[in-house]
Amino acid sequence: MINEKTAPALNIKDLCVAYQQEGEWWEAVHEVSLQIQPGEIYGLVGESGSGKTTLALAVLRYLGKNGMIRQGKIELSGVDLVQLQPAEMRKLWGHQMALIPQNPQSSLNPAMRVGDQIAEVYRHTQDMETGEARHKAVEMLREVNIPDPGRVTLSYPHQLSGGMQQRVLIAMALSSNPSLLILDEPTTNLDVTTQATILDLLRSLIEQRQTAALYITHNLAVVAQMCRRAGVLYAGRLVEEAFINELFARPLHPYTQGLLESMPRLGDHKDSVRLRAIEGRAPVFGDIPSGCVFRPRCPIANEICETNPPLSVLPEGRKVRCHRWEVSLNEAGRSHLPDGRSDRNTTEKHQLQPLLSLEGVSVHYPLKRSLREVVRREPKRAVRAVEGMDLKILSGQTLGLVGESGSGKSTLARATLGVVDKTAGTIELLGIQLPDKLSRRTLDTLRKVQSVFQNPEEALNPYLTVGEILQRPMMTLLGWSRQEAIGRVPDLLRAVRLPAMYAERLPTQLSGGEKQRVAIARASAAKPNLLICDEPVSALDVSVQASILNLLEDLQAEHGNSLLFISHDMAVVGFLADTIAVIYLGELVEIAETGDLFKSPYHPYTEALLSAIPGTKVESRRVAAPLVGEIPSPIEKPGGCPFHSRCPRLVGEICKRQPPPWQSQQGSSKRYLCHIPWEELQAQQGDIQGFEISRG
Amino acid sequence: MLGYSLRRLGFLLLTVLLTSVIIFSVTQWLPGDVCRIILGREAGEKALDACRQDLGLEAPLPVQYLRWLADFSGGDWGQSFSTRTDIFPLVMQRLLNSLRLAVLTLLISVPLAVGLGVLAGLNEGKLVDNLISIGSLSVVGLPEFVTGILLIQLFSFELRRWGLPSLPANSSIRPEAGFVESLPSLILPAITATLVLLAYIARLTRSGVLEEMKQSYVRTADLKGLPRHIVVVRHILPNALLPTITVIAISFGWLISGLVVIENVFNYPGLGRLLVFAIDRRDLPLMQAVALVTVVGFALANLVADLVYALLNPRIRYTEGN
Repeated sequence: MINEKTAPALNIKDLCVAYQQEGEWWEAVHEVSLQIQPGEIYGLVGESGSGKTTLALAVLRYLGKNGMIRQGKIELSGVDLVQLQPAEMRKLWGHQMALIPQNPQSSLNPAMRVGDQIAEVYRHTQDMETGEARHKAVEMLREVNIPDPGRVTLSYPHQLSGGMQQRVLIAMALSSNPSLLILDEPTTNLDVTTQATILDLLRSLIEQRQTAALYITHNLAVVAQMCRRAGVLYAGRLVEEAFINELFARPLHPYTQGLLESMPRLGDHKDSVRLRAIEGRAPVFGDIPSGCVFRPRCPIANEICETNPPLSVLPEGRKVRCHRWEVSLNEAGRSHLPDGRSDRNTTEKHQLQPLLSLEGVSVHYPLKRSLREVVRREPKRAVRAVEGMDLKILSGQTLGLVGESGSGKSTLARATLGVVDKTAGTIELLGIQLPDKLSRRTLDTLRKVQSVFQNPEEALNPYLTVGEILQRPMMTLLGWSRQEAIGRVPDLLRAVRLPAMYAERLPTQLSGGEKQRVAIARASAAKPNLLICDEPVSALDVSVQASILNLLEDLQAEHGNSLLFISHDMAVVGFLADTIAVIYLGELVEIAETGDLFKSPYHPYTEALLSAIPGTKVESRRVAAPLVGEIPSPIEKPGGCPFHSRCPRLVGEICKRQPPPWQSQQGSSKRYLCHIPWEELQAQQGDIQGFEISRG
Repeated sequence: MLGYSLRRLGFLLLTVLLTSVIIFSVTQWLPGDVCRIILGREAGEKALDACRQDLGLEAPLPVQYLRWLADFSGGDWGQSFSTRTDIFPLVMQRLLNSLRLAVLTLLISVPLAVGLGVLAGLNEGKLVDNLISIGSLSVVGLPEFVTGILLIQLFSFELRRWGLPSLPANSSIRPEAGFVESLPSLILPAITATLVLLAYIARLTRSGVLEEMKQSYVRTADLKGLPRHIVVVRHILPNALLPTITVIAISFGWLISGLVVIENVFNYPGLGRLLVFAIDRRDLPLMQAVALVTVVGFALANLVADLVYALLNPRIRYTEGN
């Protein structure tokens, strides 16, 4: 369908983009060339700071005052955008080029109805009458599969879910039928199930309209699913470009290899696979190494790499910027661990003591009643964030908690930590009931349960040095003197693989990954029995993510602490957890040991979560069991099975009326909450195709 | 929106009630016996007792407060100690004058200050921005009596000297004067007050505009291909002006009762001067009345600000009680 011979819709040639910082110009994009054909989705992969968003903004000529295109051409349908005046660019925006941004919530005007925000495009760029423009807006919303579009046009952005907001932005971007669409991480902040539907939608729309699309993301799996070709950006340089199949089957650049190896794939488990993290940190502005930019982190670099590597163009239409790509090809591959490496698993599970047990735990947040409700004496309502949760964590084991946002994962963690009060149920630590309130827990209890949060940027006090941050828990929780605590800091830093001199640094001097290491060191400083990690890697780049996962695993092997690991990412949870609990709308719907979880039957919700994951292998397009609608409000929860309103395998009335029973079978650690019995569900599902459950 | 408005109104009533308690107690605690003030230093004990009886000062404080409140709400504000006339018509006349001045000041200052602020924000760091910043800051530093006298000198004396139509230097007006008749007297005081408010509102508007221009939705609006003026008027301004609205409301309260200096410079019969007069004469009932009117004015201005804020900000309109 895509003709290589036709002129490209977008042709970027030798593009250099620089930013001014404190009077000096730093190059953020260096000599990048790429072409995109009409109807083609080109993936641009890179980690934070790689220059991918800068490139997108440069193409849009929306760099801001401190950004400048230093050299190169950006040809859109033959017109060089670099030569155009700002007024001329404004005529191209919304006509020939459009952007679908990362944060749908902040990208919509909060004070304007979404219908008006779409209609505006027609009114001001196509001189349409108000009535007609409104009509077109409704039509556009229908095209992006928004149910009841007439009603949605009257909504304000904050009344819509993230997925709906993103659909509105897609509708807006496509309303002018642009020839170039730039997508900047359009699904990064969305749930995996929402992401799957948005990706499907985008693909079909782009195909229909034969738009050229530049898809920018850090997520290799998404690129694999969406794109035909992709380029890998590192420190502003395009280091590799290839068709998707080849890029994933045979990555040539050591950085691409590193990215692929550092990402846990669904079915990878810590007992059999060691993630290969990329060492070191990405270069920052003004500190770009000479010669090959990847040299300081490259495992196969030698003297030749101190010179600029040429761009090698290979016969099958791929490009790589590396002196030693032929060598790197042979050295690729992840380290597999010998069988039975882990000592932990030799202990039978039933011999392990439960460290933490939750029984019937519910957390409700009461809602304030409106005046009308008070007058009408309507009953008080509550957000039922967690409902009747039974869970156990064995000592030395990891319990993974997965679910969409709003499923109650974090609330459960907070109730365990004692930062929110539970409404019902008991939480026991080593057989002793924990009081709800943090203030009523003993120091020893506080020591035993520590936590690592999602965003390391906000988790460290910016006015304390790393050393001071680490001393605190030892002094307050262990009662050590300052001298003793100072003495232990180097050990702690060593344990999280940071040099001892970091004790003197302030958090602002650290990268995101380093901050998260400090947060982990702080949490483990007082030797906790349970470490609660709430999405500890989701704010980090893939290559950094791997090293943090390895670190958590190593610390656990050393100290024998338990982990409560919360993540929306099935592959990450599957890698680290011994047992996985799937929760939906605050209720446990499935629980199994990790190996068993990936075998059918699955709870229909688990099935949906698994099938929504973009395939990491190109051959493995995902199996379709699309989830309908969005997660219901935890205020008016559906009766019967909590999942019935969205279930693709709905049996009938029984699901709406009767709470489902637990299903289980001899020989499997799995149990799931559903009306469909084991064999029947298994017959409907079979094993999920295309994922590598076992490797080697 | 209705529930929200009602709740705001409820808050307003509570605020007024609370401040009425404070005003009542403060005047109670002031040194000096009311009857002695009324009757003079030479009054005998008998006369004093009769006076106290007469004014109900023997009753317990809460009862006195409730009586006072009931009278006050009924429009019976009592008699002024010093002028021996009914307070209600006096205060109302002055309130009307103050409102006229306040409204005219806002009519001049808000469009001007917001306009300058927006202009400065949109041209951040450029010459226009610097001129506006320096200009408005240098005016705000000057005390009102300086700018007031300067204006009188320029627009009253100098113009008259050259035989040109001029504005009155003395802004005292007839009590029965209509708005149009009193307009010439209002202009100079209004300009003086404007100069005080100008820099404040302009700077707040400027920073609001700068803040909103950084938001992603402005980029969305730009990249939709909308003309720049549409982006500014439809997207940036409704969000950028939210903080300004609150400040304008507070300024309105200040304009009603806080213009003591300006009213004195121009000899303008507003509430501020009435308050100073009452304090001078230890005229307790008059003080209470002016204070309470001021409080109600402030509270109403804030209520209006809250409602306008909610009208411009759907997040408030649709999350509270809906």
